[in-house]
Amino acid sequence: MIVIKYKKIWYLLSVILIAASIWAVYQYGFNPSIDFKGGTITEISYKERPAKELIESKIEQSGASVRTSGESNYVIRTKEPLDADLGGEIIRQNTIGPVAGAELQSKATKAIVVVVLMIVLFITFAFRKVSKPVASWKYGLATIVALAHDVIIPTGIFVYLGREIDLLFVTGLLAILGYSVHDTIVVFDRVRENLRINQDKEFEATVGKSVNQTFTRSINTSLTIFIMLLALYIFGSSATQSFSLLLIIGLIAGTYSSIFIASPLLVTFYKLQNK
Amino acid sequence: MRKHIWISAILILVFALIVYFFLRPGAKTPFRFGLDLVGGTELIYRADTSGVEDVRGAMESLREVIERRVNVFGVSEPLIQTERENRLIVELPGVTDIDKAIELIGKTPILEFRLVQDETLISTGLTGQYLARARVEFNQTTNVPQVLLEFNDEGGKLFAKITREHKGELLAIILDSTVISSPVINDEITDGKAVITGQFTPEEARSLVRDLNYGALPVPITLDSTQTIGASLGEVALASGLKAGVIGFIALSLFLILWYRLPGLISVIALVSYIIISLAVFKLIPVTLTAAGIAGFILSIGMAVDANVLIFERAKEELKKGKNTMEAFHEGFKRAWLSIRDSNISSLITAAILFWLGTSAVKGFALTLGVGVLVSMITAISVSRTFLFAIYDRN
Repeated sequence: MIVIKYKKIWYLLSVILIAASIWAVYQYGFNPSIDFKGGTITEISYKERPAKELIESKIEQSGASVRTSGESNYVIRTKEPLDADLGGEIIRQNTIGPVAGAELQSKATKAIVVVVLMIVLFITFAFRKVSKPVASWKYGLATIVALAHDVIIPTGIFVYLGREIDLLFVTGLLAILGYSVHDTIVVFDRVRENLRINQDKEFEATVGKSVNQTFTRSINTSLTIFIMLLALYIFGSSATQSFSLLLIIGLIAGTYSSIFIASPLLVTFYKLQNK
Repeated sequence: MRKHIWISAILILVFALIVYFFLRPGAKTPFRFGLDLVGGTELIYRADTSGVEDVRGAMESLREVIERRVNVFGVSEPLIQTERENRLIVELPGVTDIDKAIELIGKTPILEFRLVQDETLISTGLTGQYLARARVEFNQTTNVPQVLLEFNDEGGKLFAKITREHKGELLAIILDSTVISSPVINDEITDGKAVITGQFTPEEARSLVRDLNYGALPVPITLDSTQTIGASLGEVALASGLKAGVIGFIALSLFLILWYRLPGLISVIALVSYIIISLAVFKLIPVTLTAAGIAGFILSIGMAVDANVLIFERAKEELKKGKNTMEAFHEGFKRAWLSIRDSNISSLITAAILFWLGTSAVKGFALTLGVGVLVSMITAISVSRTFLFAIYDRN
């Protein structure tokens, strides 16, 4: 019952983290990758890494960024396709036109909106028979609050870390959404079942009991996914490193929110409507 | 109640067969890997289809024209796809010279008329750019399909000159470096019309006409995005993805066995069957495996355990209430099903929308995640249930 009893503490913790995340976005701003703004990213491998200044002087474009990568590589970001001969071996190059970038941006936004809408509709549908004592759409509302929490906090952390916001980032966010709902549904499903069994019990007690019953499961499942993601982060391809970090942060936020935010919110909604 | 033992034996046999036929090294169906894992070049073109009535037809013939050009290039297993109304995606595995690839695909000769002299082909200067239009006709006496070409004014004059000066010779009609037919020039032709009679089926004649009408490219295209990945980089990405999967799986198995003991071991077996089935499905669909796709699969292995964890935790609760082991597991499977179903539907919704969002990297992730969720619903419930009951029944 700790979860329900001290719900204000859990709320406060989340509110602080969310506020800090929004502040981070406001303060540092997004660092969109070429996926969304267009441009060229080139990684060149050298046997012996030449001086950064030398590389920079050869690129005849303004606004180019040159960063070291790996043992002796440079990652170069330019607005226009790179045509200067910089020696070494180009091991990867990716150019995205401005139109494609804008298109991806609008698609990504659309995808996020559609995922959230579909999930809310689905939850309202799945819990349609549970209308006492809390209306089924309030389960949906509690889920959205948890979802917002799970998306805002990883975004804030990524912005704070200065990581690039690319298409994989959006994909990761959506995967987090999917997982977070998955996790929340398991708890809500238990509430649904317990409401059927003990109709005379206090709503608050029923929710508390449901959270307790699903607590080990929530932690264990998160742990199994955490193990896989950690392996991916440590041993996996560098292409998916940021992605797995994002998923790890999202997993923690999602597990937290389904236990400490979504379920207590049901109780809060119940109390509000009975005032 | 020995049937669970029998079913278990059959399941093991089925999995062994799947491994033998699909997954053993050297099995016929290979995995399909994305460019980011094998290295190569991806070119994305945007087609200007404004002013075209039959957009789908134009895009299809654009794809065919580009495919022919790529085949001339001699790339193994190129992939040319159209996406939505105006995007053309060309994937060239193994090609890392991006400029050469762009040049080849962007070039626009296509239709040419050449004179055949001593088995060599002599350029006449007459090309598809002088073609006004082409259409299918049926010969009025023999009823055999033939292709009528109409040149524009300039082309008509050039054609008249060629036919006047080279009577009796062979004129080869060449499409994208392939000789389509080489008829004999019987007479000077001044009306700017030519007929290609060959052994055409009506279908062939129609597709030739379409190719000719879309002589150059049917619609103008502009290069929008490019991506090149060196082969060595792809190799490293694939190897490290595999390593992460194997290490993660071992750690996960240890956790499950230490925490849940015998049922944990069974869920590991269910997980192995999950991996076998998923990999076979990846080959059969086929799913193009990218770095993100492998990440999706590794993530789904973690998620696949969820159903078992739900069931086992539920069974533990029922045991505490005083039920015996069999009853507890029966109850566990029954009660956990609703949670498993509802929670997985939300993951499937996400996967479907991600697939729709799709660039190739995202699609790879969405597909492996979606397939993973579906397969795990089957294996985590039916496979682990069968093995579990087989073992506990015997005791």
